[in-house]
Parts: sequence; structure tokens; C-alpha cells
Amino acid sequence: MTALLTITILVFISIAIWQMVKIFDLAQPKNDNPGVATDKDNTINGYLMMGFLAFIYIITIVCIVLWGDLPLLSNSASEHGSTIDNLMIISLVLIFFVQTITQFLLHYFAFKYKGEKGKKALFFADNNKLEFIWTIIPVIVLAGLIIYGLNAWINITSVDESDDPMVVELYAQQFNWKARYAGADNTLGLSNVRLIDIDKANILGLDEADPNAQDDIITTELHLPVGKPVLFKMRSQDVLHSAYMPHFRAQMNCVPGMITQFGFTPTVTTKEMRERPDMIEKIQNINDIRVENSKVLIAKGEDALERYEFDYLLLCNKICGKSHYNMQMKIIVETEEEYNAWIKQQKVFKNSLIN
Amino acid sequence: MSAHADIHAHDDHGHHHKETFVTKYIFSQDHKMIAKQYLITGTIMGVIGIIMSLMFRMQIAWPEEPNVLFEALLGKWAPDGVMDADIYLALVTIHGTIMVFFVLTAGLSGTFSNLLIPLQIGARDMASGFLNMVSYWLFFLSSVIMVISLFVEAGPAAAGWTIYPPLSALPMAQGGSGMGMTLWLVSMAIFIASSLLGSLNYIVTVLNLRTKGMSMTRLPLTIWAFFITAVIGVISFPVLLSAALLLIMDRSFGTSFFLSDIFIQGEVLHYQGGSPVLFEHLFWFLGHPEVYIIILPAMGLVSEIMASNSRKPIFGYRAMIASILAIAFLSTIVWGHHMFVSGMNPFLGSVFTFTTLLIAIPSAVKAFNWITTLWKGNLQLNPAMLFSIGFVSTFITGGLTGIILGDSALDINVHDTYFVVAHFHLVMGISALYGMFAGIYHWYPKMFGRMLNKNLGYIHFWVTAVCAYGVFFPMHFIGMAGLPRRYYTNSNFPLFDDLANVNVIITIFALVGGAFQLVYLYNFFASIFFGKKAPQNPWKSTTLEWTTPVEHMHGNWPGEIPHVYRWAYDYSNPQHEEDFVPQNVPLKDGEEELHH
Repeated sequence: MTALLTITILVFISIAIWQMVKIFDLAQPKNDNPGVATDKDNTINGYLMMGFLAFIYIITIVCIVLWGDLPLLSNSASEHGSTIDNLMIISLVLIFFVQTITQFLLHYFAFKYKGEKGKKALFFADNNKLEFIWTIIPVIVLAGLIIYGLNAWINITSVDESDDPMVVELYAQQFNWKARYAGADNTLGLSNVRLIDIDKANILGLDEADPNAQDDIITTELHLPVGKPVLFKMRSQDVLHSAYMPHFRAQMNCVPGMITQFGFTPTVTTKEMRERPDMIEKIQNINDIRVENSKVLIAKGEDALERYEFDYLLLCNKICGKSHYNMQMKIIVETEEEYNAWIKQQKVFKNSLIN
Repeated sequence: MSAHADIHAHDDHGHHHKETFVTKYIFSQDHKMIAKQYLITGTIMGVIGIIMSLMFRMQIAWPEEPNVLFEALLGKWAPDGVMDADIYLALVTIHGTIMVFFVLTAGLSGTFSNLLIPLQIGARDMASGFLNMVSYWLFFLSSVIMVISLFVEAGPAAAGWTIYPPLSALPMAQGGSGMGMTLWLVSMAIFIASSLLGSLNYIVTVLNLRTKGMSMTRLPLTIWAFFITAVIGVISFPVLLSAALLLIMDRSFGTSFFLSDIFIQGEVLHYQGGSPVLFEHLFWFLGHPEVYIIILPAMGLVSEIMASNSRKPIFGYRAMIASILAIAFLSTIVWGHHMFVSGMNPFLGSVFTFTTLLIAIPSAVKAFNWITTLWKGNLQLNPAMLFSIGFVSTFITGGLTGIILGDSALDINVHDTYFVVAHFHLVMGISALYGMFAGIYHWYPKMFGRMLNKNLGYIHFWVTAVCAYGVFFPMHFIGMAGLPRRYYTNSNFPLFDDLANVNVIITIFALVGGAFQLVYLYNFFASIFFGKKAPQNPWKSTTLEWTTPVEHMHGNWPGEIPHVYRWAYDYSNPQHEEDFVPQNVPLKDGEEELHH
């Protein structure tokens, strides 16, 4: 019934718009050719072009003022993060510079040279010097960006074994994450999804006979000691997932049938991040919004939203099915002592099996 | 010219053809009718695609709130009017598929290649009218199958328009990967066959059927764009076909091309040895050239419309051709920039960063050439011209962020966020749509013999232009804040609560912009019957299509095909009094052919 009603209303609205358009249409003077622009049209649209240029500038400024100083853009929490952020800022400045100028030229020319009857345009078909200039300038600018970018990329993706990174597996399945620590030997035990044995609680398919697997530790929260390089090995048991850790400027897909990797060094503990002034401001803002939203919920007889406290997050960033939108894991960066205390409390693999 | 053309000339001169309703309007082999069929089918698919986008935008802005529209249109997928998470992904998937392939590939390139190639090069029809007809009907069939797939029990395909396996391969991973995905694959396989038949036809026609004097360097840029687009299509579409066929084998015949080591719903599957990354390579080997298959025809249309409405030659005709060729070449060696974080070797990532950023160079040349074309022109700001200027504006805005996404180091953090959505919608979605609208406003008189109402065109343009920026500009910022795309709701992440209002603003712009497309639809359909009769050459253009009679006839020209004596851009030629000289006007005594 509601469906029928909605469709009827939609049809009526469409008819109303249709009729209004038709009235507008019929109100036009009959004598001028309705298809071709007159001098008056050129003038009006020329001014509108300048108006539109102003609109583009205004929306740019509004966006930057309201949403431009995002902590995610400025506060990286990993060693390589600042390289990415610098390159990002350089690229953005360049983009805004080129954008401002080219949009000005485009819209200003559209206004300045709006047509008039009897005027003749300049026959200007070619100029090799100009073509050369606007080929060579992008070449130079892009060469700079490519060199900087590739340098950063190679640094980020190459794993330096001499750093002796802590090896951690990120294990993805519909729709949750697990972390596997390599234990005292810092070597992950062999694994394959074919070895999964739910009855024995071998949920990640570790090779029970492999000595390296015995001291592995499987957790549902990711704890990382600050300042220590960590090398993630990613695995997925079913479909593609992507381990996205935006605060650390880190992302890598998890692919069934292969192991992918990404390494970084966390530099800011969760506690320190929570105490940063801009983070306090952001969280305060979020909590104000949540209080407002809670009022609505309470009025409907539902529970109020919990107060939010900042935590680093691991999100799934590759479409993976129905609950893709809620596939997350908390990341906690802490001091070495705190980390050691936490990891000691966790069960090692051989003790977690049910025999 | 050729014997083929002469035979036609004899046939058509006396109007001996007997046309029934079926041969004229349905199984037509006339390129002009086929163009209109493509356009109207594309328009219908476009309406479906846009309504879908408005629905999922409403879900993002007002998550999990009952909406009567959902209840009416989604039925069992919106119990009590609350959108289901599965159908959200399906809407996103089908919206992408429809807009990329059915509207902006078939609707844009199919319409204008068919309409303009024979008319602008001076040919009686396509090289093979029959293949052309088959091409359209395969496209129609694939559209029908895609629409039918919306009604299957377990839901339409929902693995994203990129249909990465294993998600798309395993029905137990997602309801939409059952019959819905089968129909999606069948529809796309047929679509590819249609596209290949069309492309081959365009290539052969452009190479063989040009009228006397129409050398390659006298061709309008539209034809160059359609020609190169067809070449890219012939190179890359078969690879997608192979990917689709291999995926069908994995799904239905137990092979393991893309699958290996899978444990799902409590059981181990038999697949062994395949790789999903292989599928990504095959998919993007088409997927990236595909965005140029979409944008190049729009660039061609815009170049032509800008020159005509500026009353000036297009600036740097040869540089424009060179940049089309450069873009076409580079487009086939950049696909890996979609896969920086896919797990492929980081060294490959470096190579693809390099080739990708190179594309900025021919793109910049094109943008500067368009801007210079306006300089000291006598701009006739017709709706088609406004859409062309709008095209350059969104192409620049969207294109510039490409230097962030093409840079592998930066892509790590914005990959698959709303930043990407903003980027590609501006640079190829909105831009190509503007190119298509520009083409429709400009060549409507040629297609239907009547004029579109320009004032409605102005309203359509300005509202659309404001809304397009209103939707996609703020989207960059929520993307840079780390908000992933394809999330049914963000309410499980309090971290993003401060971005909720941005999503509401975006959705309001989208709804207003969507509603104003009705103005265009009214203008389009009403003008077919009630529009003012068009003069033969309403825009005073130089190209050959405006030398044909307003009333369509089979064979295009009543007499001999006109010969061509000059390039396509003799606007405001100082050697002539008129501000345009059609291509079929011979050089005057002592006249020098400029810039050819």
C-alpha cells in the first residue's frame, strides 16, 4: 500500500515538474529561434561563468576551512608517515595552484570573449612555442614528483632485515580480523587454511607439528610496542580483504592463496595520541555530535550512544561482502613494558588447542 | 569514391527502397537510426543507474532510516523501508556497471560514432550496416539481461563493478554471487561482443570510406577520437572477455584460475593454485583503457563543439591528434596503478607510477589547447558550449587529483577511499556525461530535425554544474580523512562521526542534481515532437554532416557525396568574409590552405 502511495506521489511530483517546465517553455517569446544563443544569452551566460568561477573558489575555501585540517592528514603515527604527508602536502599545494589558475583562465575567457553579432574571432590555429611550453612545464614538475614519489615508495616497501622487525600476521576472514604474533623465536609457524580444525580450535590453520608454531600467539586486538619496526604478513581465508591502517599510512590487500606484507614503525602511543591538542579537539567535537544524536535516540526510547575515546583502527578496505562495513580491529600502540606485560598474558598456540 | 558508394548513390537517388516500420525503426541498418537507438537505450539505462545512486546516497546520509522510496522500489530488500546491506552493495555494483559500460561506453561512443563517422567523413553508411545492426541488438540484449539480473531471488551481482574473485566467484561468500553474477557475466560477454563488432566497423569505415579529399589530417577531431577509441576497444575488450570466461569456468566448471586455498562457511574448497591478482591484472588491462574509451569520444565532441562555438579553429590541431595517440598508447601500460596495494611486486608499482604520471602530459596539453581555443574567440554560449566548458572544468579538477592517486606512495593511504570516488567521478564520470550532453545539444538537430529548447538547456546546465561540484568536491576531503568507500553505513566508526554532515550535504546536492535531469528528459522527448524545425546548419559549422538534408534519408546525400577541399576548422579564416567555410567549399583563386 505504502509502495503504491509512494509511486503515485512520485508520479505526481514528476508531472508537476513536467508541467512547470512546459509553462516556462510556452512563456518564451515565439519569434526567436529557441535553439541558438543570442547576444543576450551570451552576456547572461558570460556573467554566470564568472559567478561559477566564484562558486568553485568558495566551495574550495569552505571545504578547506571546515574539513581541511583533518588529523588524518597531519598526524601520522608511523616513521614513514611523515614522508607520505610531506609529499601529499606538496602535491595538494601544486594542485590548488594549477586549479586556481586554469579554472580562472577557462571561465574568464568564457566571460571576456562572449560572442557579439558581427564580431570576428581571431584566426589563431597553431603556435609551436606555446605547445612546447605547456609540454615541458608538466614534464619538469612531474619529473620532480616522480622522483620524490618513487623514492618514498621504495623506502616504504623495502623491508630492512637488519632492523630485525617484529613479525606479526594479520589474518582476515568474513568479517573479522585476527593477529598472530610469532612468539619468542620471531618466526611464524607454517600455516594453510586446509589445516583449519575448528573442533581443536586451530582456527587459523597452523601446522601443529611445526616447532615454530608452538609459541605463536593469536589475538583479537593488535598491540604494538612503540618505536619497534613491525613487519606484517597478511593472509585471508576466504575473499579479498584489505588491511587499512590510516593513522599509520599503511595498507595492503589480504589475498587468499598468497602471503602479502607491509612493514612500518609506530612512533606515537595511543596514550600520547589521545593527549595531542588537535586530537582532543576532534574527539570533543565527535562527542558533542554523539550527545546531540543521543538526544534523538533517547526520545525514541533507545539507548544513548557511548562516549567515544580515540583508538587506532584497522579497517577492511576491500569490498568483502555483507558486513564489510563493520570489519575492524582495535590497534593499541604502547610502551615496550606495557606490551611485554600484555603479551605474557596471552595463550600460546600449543596451549590453546583443545585435545 | 568507391564502387560501394556509387551503387548506393544509384539506389537511393530514386527512393526505391521500400521501408516497413520494422526495417525503419527496429531492425534498421541505417547508421542514423542505430545512433538514436543507442542513445535512447543508453538514456533509459542512465535513468536506472542514476536512481540507484540516489538511493544509496540517501542510505549513506541517513543510515538505516526507513525510507518510503526504498520500500517502494526495493521491496523485500528493504523490510519496513530500511535498506538491506546486501542490496546496498548490489546498488553500488550495478550503478557502476551501468554507468561505465551501458551509458558512457555504449550510450556515448555508440551514439556518436554511429551518427558522426559516416556523416563527417562523407560516407553513405557504415562499412557494414548489417554488423552495425547486430552490434546494437547485442547491446540491447545485454541491457535486458542486466536489468533482468536485478530481479533474481538471491539478489543481483554485488561484488563491486570490478567483480574481484573470490567474492564474485563463490555464492556462499555473498548472495549476489549466485545467479545474479552469472547473469552479470553473460550480459557483459554479450556487451563485449557488441562493442567489438561496433569498433571493427568504425575502424574499417574511417580507414576506407572517406570521401574524396578527406585525408586523415583533414578529419574533424571527433573522428580521430572515435577511431582511436575503437582501436583501444579492440585491443583491450577481448582481455576482459577472457577474464569473464575464465571466471565463468571457475564458478561453474571447477577450474582454479583465480582461486586457491579457500576456507569458507566451515569447509575447505578444492581450489588450488590460482591467483585473484591474475584476475585484477586481466580486469584492469581492460579497466584502465576503458576510462579512455569513455573519455576520448567526449574529448572529440568537446573539441569540435568548442571550435564551432568559439568561431575559431581548434588550437593545435596536430598537437590534439598527437595527444590522443599518446594517451591511447599510455592507456594500455598503466593498469597497474589500480593495484599498488594488491600484493603485486612493489617494483612493478614503481614502473606503473612512472607510466601513469606521464599521462598527465598529453592531458595537460589538451586542457591548455582548449583554453587557448577560447582566447579571443567570439563565443556563442549555446547549451552545448556550456557543457563543453563544464567538461574542461571538471576534467581539470578531477584530473589533477590523479597525480596523487597515480603516485604509489600516496595511493597507499587514499586507495579505495572516497578520494578515489571523487577523482574518477569528476574526471571521467561527470566529464564524459558533460561531453555526452554537449554532443546531444549540438547534434540534436541532426538526429531529430528539430531544435532543443535552449533555455531549458541553460537551466539544465547550471543546476547540474553546481550540483556536480557540490557532490564531488567535498568527497575528496572525507576520503583524505580515511573514510573507505562501499561502506553501507559509517555508524560503527565513531571516528568518522564528524563527517556525517558532509555526507548529508553531498546527498542533498545529488538529489537536487538528479531531479533537474527531468528538465533535460522533458526537453529531449518533447522536442522530438514539438521542437522547432531545425535549419540545415543551425550552428554554422564547417563539417560535412551539416551539408546533408534535415530530413533523414538512406545514403545521407541526395546526389553525389561532397568532395572535401580544406580542413575541418576554417572558422574566421581571414581570407573569407564569412566566419566559417565548410569543408566542401573549394579554395578560391589564390587562396592558401591554412594550417593543413
